[in-house]
Amino acid sequence: MLNEPFSIGNSFIHRTDPRLRLISAFVYSIVVAVLYGFPSLIASVGFSFALVRVAGLNGKAVLKRLALINGFVLLFWLILPFTAGGNILYSLGPLNIYETGVFLALQITLKSNAIIMAFIALVSTMNFSTLGHALNSLRLPQKFVFLFVLTYRYIFVIEQEYKKIWRSIKVRGFFPKTTIHCYKTYAYMIGMIFVKASARADRVYRAMLCRGFDGSFYTLAEYPSSGKNRLFLCLIFFCTFSIIFLEIVFHG
Amino acid sequence: MHISEGILTWPVLASGTAFAIAGTAIGLKKLKTQDIPKTAILSAAFFVASLIHVPIGPSSVHLILNGIVGILLGWAAFPAIMVALSLQALFFQYGGITTLGVNTLLMALPALLCYVFFKPFILGKNNSITLAAGFTGGAFSVFLSGILMAAFLVFAHRNFLEVSMAVIAIHIPIMIIEGIITMFCIGFLKKVQPSLLGT
Repeated sequence: MLNEPFSIGNSFIHRTDPRLRLISAFVYSIVVAVLYGFPSLIASVGFSFALVRVAGLNGKAVLKRLALINGFVLLFWLILPFTAGGNILYSLGPLNIYETGVFLALQITLKSNAIIMAFIALVSTMNFSTLGHALNSLRLPQKFVFLFVLTYRYIFVIEQEYKKIWRSIKVRGFFPKTTIHCYKTYAYMIGMIFVKASARADRVYRAMLCRGFDGSFYTLAEYPSSGKNRLFLCLIFFCTFSIIFLEIVFHG
Repeated sequence: MHISEGILTWPVLASGTAFAIAGTAIGLKKLKTQDIPKTAILSAAFFVASLIHVPIGPSSVHLILNGIVGILLGWAAFPAIMVALSLQALFFQYGGITTLGVNTLLMALPALLCYVFFKPFILGKNNSITLAAGFTGGAFSVFLSGILMAAFLVFAHRNFLEVSMAVIAIHIPIMIIEGIITMFCIGFLKKVQPSLLGT
């Protein structure tokens, strides 16, 4: 159920220093999150789309992700245009469609998709261990990075335990229904996952202690600075500033 | 459920992030290095729980389990939930960089309160009190998450009032299911491995 389809690739973005990518994704997301004007929002969607193209990602896979995430945005489209008040754009029998609501929902949709596309292009293009190292060298608290890395490792352990228990439940003829028995089965399954996984975690930790683990996290990866990294930074800065410029000019 | 990117305004995002960072810092400070593997297990379980769908009538909902995470971890629920949410952002792009703080806060604060209010009852000898505390704790933390989410939306924009009502309405059936699951799960852990509950 877990994979990192976007992390495989050899594009310009894949080869850029992951720390730069993280920082640019961070700054860019914040800038887009505070935009209001449509010219700047449209520009940011365009730029994020360009990033996805530069990363050479499978368009269908990206669209699939976007469709899933837009579920929450859909909730806004279903409610906002009818409740916002203000100028009436169109009357549908007893329902009024308000201008403010439509604009607000459109604004949210553009923002949301621009940020997510940039995230996919810049962050989801690293595999997990690269991200762990990048977080570590950005001086995040060591305990946090360690927790992060271990959690990632245990997700697969828990997933295996879950699938194993689920198979044995199925073999015994379990069929999910809205009954107390069914909920009890789920609850006991989750409890059993905790029990099994914590025993496993304990074994792993003792094995780590045997190998001299002292709570610190080392990494062998190095990111030499290169001309390409600088080019990447310049591009991101140029685009971010043009978006800010558009925002100030049209919505100032 | 998460709040997606691009919906909240910057004051809400900034204050949510500030509180989430504060909570995570306290959680990390209280977290001993030898307890990190156990925390990571629960963090991973919190991640996987969102992929387990439980039937409700003709439809199904996914589990949240922030109540159990809170009861088992206390303050460490903050870093555990933040890590799980960052991984969800990485794998599925649910939530993202700017909303990480807000989403952490709305899941982890109820988890922490669940720990403060209900943990003492769970450790007692009387089994029916344990089960009752489990149910209330599980239901309470999901309901509070729903309320917080609605509050963040309304703080962001007054036009979001109706959307936030819908959000609370969606959380009510989930709340009952989470209560039942938490109740049985806590009862199970107390029988099978009470050491996990910290007794």
